[in-house]
Amino acid sequence: MQAAKYKVGEKVKVLKAYPLGHIRTPYYIRGCVGEVERICGAFPNPEELAQMRDGLPPLPLYRVRFRQKEVWPDYRGSDRDVLEVEIFEHWLDRA
Amino acid sequence: MKDHGKYQPLSYFQLMETTLRELLVEKGIMTSEQIDAEVEEMRARTPERGARVVARAWVDAAFKSKLLKDGSGACQDLGLEIPGLKLVVVENTPEVHNAIVCTLCSCYPRVLLGIPPDWYKSRNYRSRMVREPRTVLAEFGLKIPENVAIRVHDSTADMRYMVLPMRPAGTEGWPEERLATLVNRDSMIGVALPLSATARLQI
Repeated sequence: MQAAKYKVGEKVKVLKAYPLGHIRTPYYIRGCVGEVERICGAFPNPEELAQMRDGLPPLPLYRVRFRQKEVWPDYRGSDRDVLEVEIFEHWLDRA
Repeated sequence: MKDHGKYQPLSYFQLMETTLRELLVEKGIMTSEQIDAEVEEMRARTPERGARVVARAWVDAAFKSKLLKDGSGACQDLGLEIPGLKLVVVENTPEVHNAIVCTLCSCYPRVLLGIPPDWYKSRNYRSRMVREPRTVLAEFGLKIPENVAIRVHDSTADMRYMVLPMRPAGTEGWPEERLATLVNRDSMIGVALPLSATARLQI
């Protein structure tokens, strides 16, 4: 297993990329900045698994916490409302 | 109502399922007994399993702290195997309300909650729950006060989520089995609260 590049609490930015294929990074969160909530472990890359390959080595998977008001500028609700999404390391960059 | 007396050709997916099942058996990959056993196992998974976990967490602080740290491990202690994926249990408090969605497909903690309800798989719920959770929860009849933060969990990859709801007031001293009867499926998805102590008395 690859050592996780980001630490809990670190600010990360989701890549704004649009590759083809089976992608587990939702469109709405691409380009958003959040904070690592936890490191989930390492899991085979789903983009590779979908192509019938083994997806190895496993990639670190993070749960990233985003402030709703940063994801949706016109969000109606509390400033403290958040959204948590699982994102694989190759979709993240330092913010 | 369907007229069961009338001949109906198999639908596309029924035909595909039958063909695949027969091929698996014919090629010796699985036996029909193994397939039947798996279907039975699927039927046996109901939200009562999740309710057992919640009720245990309400009465046993050590179990609860393990459950929040290592959901799969804690469930294993209760004899519930969570194969292949990690269970993350998120706790509701007076300050935070949690809710679960899968925007990409319909990932759901089937091991603990059984087969997901149709609305969980609908585009309406999946697209709006991350965008306007307060409105969606209100449509379920759940009005979250502005001073309580909402934390929405989008299960996009290998984790599965379950909400640990708050223990209803007035249930002090209740045994675990009785507490479990208050824990409904929707409260473990986060779109409802558990039944109240008085609601259960009225049933």
